[in-house]
Amino acid sequence: MDLTETAAGLLRRLTEEHGPLMFHQSGGCCDGSAPMCYPAGEFRTGAADVHLGDLTVDGVAAPIPVWMSASQFEYWRHTHITIDVVPGRGAGFSLEAPEGMRFLTRSRLLTLEELGVLGDV
Amino acid sequence: MVRYAAPGEAGSVVSFQPRYDHFIGGEYVPPAKGRYFENPTPVTGRTFTVVARGTAEDVDSAVRAADGAAAAWGRTSPAARSEVLNKIADRMEQHLEAIAVAESWENGKPVRETLAADIPLAIDHFRYFAGAIRAQEGSISQLDPDTVAYHFHEPLGVVGQIIPWNFPILMATWKLAPALAAGNTVVLKPAEQTPASIHVVLELIADLLPPGVVNVVNGFGVEAGKPLAQHRGVRKVAFTGETTTGRLIMQYASENIIPVTLELGGKSPNVFFRDVADARDAFYDKAQEGFAMFALNQGEVCTCPSRALIQSSIYSSFLADAIPRVERIRQGHPLDTETMIGAQASNDQLEKILSYIDIGKEEGARVLTGGERADLGGELSGGYYVRPTVFEGDNKMRIFQEEIFGPVLSVTKFDEYDDAIKIANDSLYGLGAGVWSRDGNTAYRAGREIQAGRVWTNCYHVYPAHAAFGGYKQSGIGRENHKMMLDHYQQTKNLLVSYAQNAQGFF
Repeated sequence: MDLTETAAGLLRRLTEEHGPLMFHQSGGCCDGSAPMCYPAGEFRTGAADVHLGDLTVDGVAAPIPVWMSASQFEYWRHTHITIDVVPGRGAGFSLEAPEGMRFLTRSRLLTLEELGVLGDV
Repeated sequence: MVRYAAPGEAGSVVSFQPRYDHFIGGEYVPPAKGRYFENPTPVTGRTFTVVARGTAEDVDSAVRAADGAAAAWGRTSPAARSEVLNKIADRMEQHLEAIAVAESWENGKPVRETLAADIPLAIDHFRYFAGAIRAQEGSISQLDPDTVAYHFHEPLGVVGQIIPWNFPILMATWKLAPALAAGNTVVLKPAEQTPASIHVVLELIADLLPPGVVNVVNGFGVEAGKPLAQHRGVRKVAFTGETTTGRLIMQYASENIIPVTLELGGKSPNVFFRDVADARDAFYDKAQEGFAMFALNQGEVCTCPSRALIQSSIYSSFLADAIPRVERIRQGHPLDTETMIGAQASNDQLEKILSYIDIGKEEGARVLTGGERADLGGELSGGYYVRPTVFEGDNKMRIFQEEIFGPVLSVTKFDEYDDAIKIANDSLYGLGAGVWSRDGNTAYRAGREIQAGRVWTNCYHVYPAHAAFGGYKQSGIGRENHKMMLDHYQQTKNLLVSYAQNAQGFF
């Protein structure tokens, strides 16, 4: 999991405004398949979710956890994701939409080396 | 060929206001915080109007207005509500062309579709629920000779509706018509990508509705949608969108203990059995068209047939005919009546689709056609266009599992019937599916075994009122487009009445 510099910059701004943050990767219609950014704890994760890891952003004290539903994770587990941001407007409740920006998940296949390190996650 | 003038240009059949406020209590009122946001057309990427940027204060005013109107509207006779819905339909029909052009400019979809599908379907939807509410009856259960249970339908009160951007007017209608027919009042939040076209309709029909019965608050999801979903005055929330927001809406609904209906998308399989190729006849041509249906509405349809499953014995020949058909899909200016595929609805949508084309290539799927952004030149260079794209790959790939919401089709083959069902059902979602066969038994069995709420059999992408629409699995809760949606907008009142003269004998 990774994050682009522009996404990090936006996360710094959103943290100043909203406090600690979290991501939950969406699926489905419309703005699905996009990462949704919420104030930490706003979205209740549970047994049906997988914690992919935490993003560390320079200048942001709290790590930003990234979650995904466990069923969706089954189809994503072989890919590396990078959270990026593009100009746009998401229709979910994600925090960045009023900024005229939209987080976007970019993906690539995990390398053999990365798969070895991760083992049977 | 007709090329409609863009709204605001000389000769256009419709124009947008330079600014839209909220519609609350029967009148347009400015946003409490005085802020507006720009609304670009996906056709050129240029802003054509600004729209109120609603906040919790505006939502609260709208819910109060709706609450104030709820008792009187809920008491109107079904005949009176039916008449209002029919008048709305008539008014829309009188202005069909103007609404269709406005919708095309708003969303980027071809005017060919808004003229022939979106707006006619919306009109018919109001008429369907105008009829359904007249025909709806309560029930009576006789429990013993002296005891009767009466079941009455009663409206819920104020309902919140959050509308997607792919069919802004039609999806608003799918939610408005049953809610109003059932006697509820509504606070509706359009998608922030497509906030304006609903106001073109509203201006035409506002005089038909008592103040407060329909209220529209525009704005961003986090600023306006969330306060609506959380508002304690709202008795039910209806949402079309994606799974994470769907879960969040259920979470908010749990705080108020209210019902929700959700339509959260799919990854619909379109299954072609070998006998479709038994002859090169009209039916074969129809099946080929069924394959190309993924491009309808630029693929921005929750039921986009985005996975084609073709039986291996006809795989090569079927594709050899299908790919040129996809390549003949005419991409162009959405206001040109010959255009078959227009612009994606927003820049972020365009970027997401391109990111999926990248991951498809990374995963080793083969591009059979398309696979890139389209630059249509001139003023359209600033718009959001993608070439209709067909990938060949494996159902485990992410492009087979995730809703791309663009004109991207993932194709694979299957050997036998059981393989087809297995692949079709290997999905988190279950909204739509297509089954194509000349053999009625095969088509019937497949239709019953595929876990999806709507299985088009020897057809695809038809959305008539009177056919239930909704999802299995993670595709949501509820069935729209059918009289059963009335139940989702009604309470059941049971009067349990004793006509016996004597005491029960307990005390």
